[in-house]
Amino acid sequence: MSLKIHHPVGDVASGDGKQAYFSPYMDNGGSTVAIAGEDYVIIATDTRLSAGFQILSREQPKLFRLTKSTVLGCSGCWCDILTLTRLIEARIKMYNHEHRKQMSTGAIAQLLTTMLYQRRFFPYYVSNVLVGFDEEGKGITYSYDPVGHCSKSTFVASGSSGALLQPLLDNQVGLKNLEGVQPVPVSKEKALTLIKDTFVSAAERDIYTGDGILVNIISKDGIVEQTIPLRHD
Amino acid sequence: MVRNQYDNDVTVWSPQGRLHQVEYAMEAVKQGSATVGVKSKTHAVVVALKRAASDLAAHQKKIIPIDDHIGISIAGLTADARIMSRYMRNECLNNRYSHDAPLPVNRLISDLGNKMQVCTQRYDRRPYGVGLLVIGYDEQGAHLYQTCPSANYFDCKAMAIGARSQSARTYLEKHLDTFKDCSLQDLIKHGLRALRDTLPNDVELTIKNCSIAAVGKDMNFTIYEDEEVEPFLKAIEGEERRGGAPPPPDDAPPLPAAPPEEKKEPTEPVPDVAMETQ
Amino acid sequence: MEAPMELLRQSINPSFTMNAPDIMPLPSFPAFATDFKSRTMNPITTGTSVVALKFDGGVMMAADTLGSYGSLARFPNIERLLRVNDSTIIGASGDYADYQYLRDIIEQKVIDEACQDDGFGIKPKNLHCWLTRVMYNRRSKFNPLWNIYVVAGLQDGVPYLGYVDKIGTSFEAPQVVSGLGGYLALPLLRDAVEKKPKMNQQEARAAIGDAMRLLFYRDCQAFHKYHLGVITKDGAKIEGPFEVDVNWDLGYHIHGY
Repeated sequence: MSLKIHHPVGDVASGDGKQAYFSPYMDNGGSTVAIAGEDYVIIATDTRLSAGFQILSREQPKLFRLTKSTVLGCSGCWCDILTLTRLIEARIKMYNHEHRKQMSTGAIAQLLTTMLYQRRFFPYYVSNVLVGFDEEGKGITYSYDPVGHCSKSTFVASGSSGALLQPLLDNQVGLKNLEGVQPVPVSKEKALTLIKDTFVSAAERDIYTGDGILVNIISKDGIVEQTIPLRHD
Repeated sequence: MVRNQYDNDVTVWSPQGRLHQVEYAMEAVKQGSATVGVKSKTHAVVVALKRAASDLAAHQKKIIPIDDHIGISIAGLTADARIMSRYMRNECLNNRYSHDAPLPVNRLISDLGNKMQVCTQRYDRRPYGVGLLVIGYDEQGAHLYQTCPSANYFDCKAMAIGARSQSARTYLEKHLDTFKDCSLQDLIKHGLRALRDTLPNDVELTIKNCSIAAVGKDMNFTIYEDEEVEPFLKAIEGEERRGGAPPPPDDAPPLPAAPPEEKKEPTEPVPDVAMETQ
Repeated sequence: MEAPMELLRQSINPSFTMNAPDIMPLPSFPAFATDFKSRTMNPITTGTSVVALKFDGGVMMAADTLGSYGSLARFPNIERLLRVNDSTIIGASGDYADYQYLRDIIEQKVIDEACQDDGFGIKPKNLHCWLTRVMYNRRSKFNPLWNIYVVAGLQDGVPYLGYVDKIGTSFEAPQVVSGLGGYLALPLLRDAVEKKPKMNQQEARAAIGDAMRLLFYRDCQAFHKYHLGVITKDGAKIEGPFEVDVNWDLGYHIHGY
């Protein structure tokens, strides 16, 4: 990952005396992990907001409750995240008005795809993870690339530590590359411990993940929120 | 309705200083079924009487949510109301997008008033044929506004518009002083009683023809429809109508309290509030 | 557009641009621009860090009075804090012209709102959100306002402190320092708050004073004079300019260079 230290008045002095450049993007880091079960889904993000080697905020929530049962976790370019989530919230409100009912997770997933693809040639630089329930009431996760590719799964890690954590989830939740194991559904408690552990590990290796975890545990009865401290360095 | 040579165009004045097209639009409101609004310090409520176009059709919804803190109840042309509600929703969404705050009710109403006024001053437009009762809650408390096709709007303590709404206004005027400190429950009851007063004696408020909506402190705009209305109707069931007159026997003729504008056919329509020119 | 600009550059007495950063092209005035769509992609006259901190019952913000032209200390007496209303002050880093442009818009916005006379005025959170939208929209048009804004105030009596930069990155935090001060002064403020979580106004003043001194020592574009904005329930006030008390005596103790 190439880094440009963010200069106060813009990226003025790039030593070699070239033209100052303007970049509309910034990598503000952050990681999201989600695990879905039969009757629950858990999503968590860290609470650090970074810019280069600076920590902008140690307590920035990056989970967005879209409906009573659908939550979006975002990481990447924070200004795009802010704009995208605001627009989604507005679109969901319009949907509620037009249809007089709550938008389903699947419908929001499709909406997000089209909203991202609409900006195909000036993308929202955001890694999205959307969680909720499918038609049968089972937990489900959708993860996206910045231009709207969407893949459905039951566990996913994304963001600055995505590549670090996904193999761990593949092994522990997906039971990949294991011989002679019985696929048992992951319990809510196991999922929660696993998520905490992944973030603790990520915070050790990734400077863009840390400070705290914000967890949303979503079930039929609603959303329970939990915060857990991480390394403050 | 009597026609004359000054009512062909919205932009043409009559020698008496009146805009007939605008006044005709005001009449459209009176064709719509009645709706009543009341507010206390903390809450605002609308109740509405729904009509079904025919036995084959469902009852037309009259209460439209605008945002978490604003909603409207309509009397008049539903189609026009839909356009207006779309505009109002848009304004509210825009304010939330740009300022992360609910749009103050008075600002929405004044923007809406400005939009409606254009239609009363251009030859290629027609006034909106719908009256609104707008309820909302913001930092300055609960609000109830009435808007007219003439683009006038009024900040009200209580108001009723639509067919036979004079009886409801009579009820509201009588109990005006009590509304301020009412609980939400009592406010809804007052609204329902006022609405019931607009009905012919052989018609009752039912869960089919009545809907309720409320907004207030720590309470988003909420619509009660169908079964949800039942407990509120129960609460006023069996009470006497029209402020204590004994319930008339079943075969009695309609009470004289029916609104006068329904009775006489005026040579020229005389709206009661909207086109005052001072 | 590169070639005519180069000719123009050569035709200009180099002493005019001597102190400007050498990356700086000629200011792209419309008359010079061959491509009418070209935009200013770099700041000209700039202000450095804005330092801000919440304390018990209020918010405080400081910005020095220097407008720099590259490394030239060009304008020593400018003000970078703006009192928006009774409960809000904003501070600006970065291009001073862009700040002045936006200041005029904000002032007009406040006047328009006052004309409505309906008792609603803009609050810090709402202004912060609006600034974020403005900055994001401009960056999306590749025509950014080259600033970082710090919004401080009381939101319904509760201290509010927000940050927004030229691409629309926006957040709230108990301490905010824009620009280079983010590396130098922010750790100092965070440390001070960690040691004394509920600072009173006096302690906050001291912490801000320390931060401004540190910045003057370390940041070449910082200055020894600064304005201080304080928002409490008694209103929003911009005080100063104050002088940083510095002591260069330690210079004599440094050997070995």
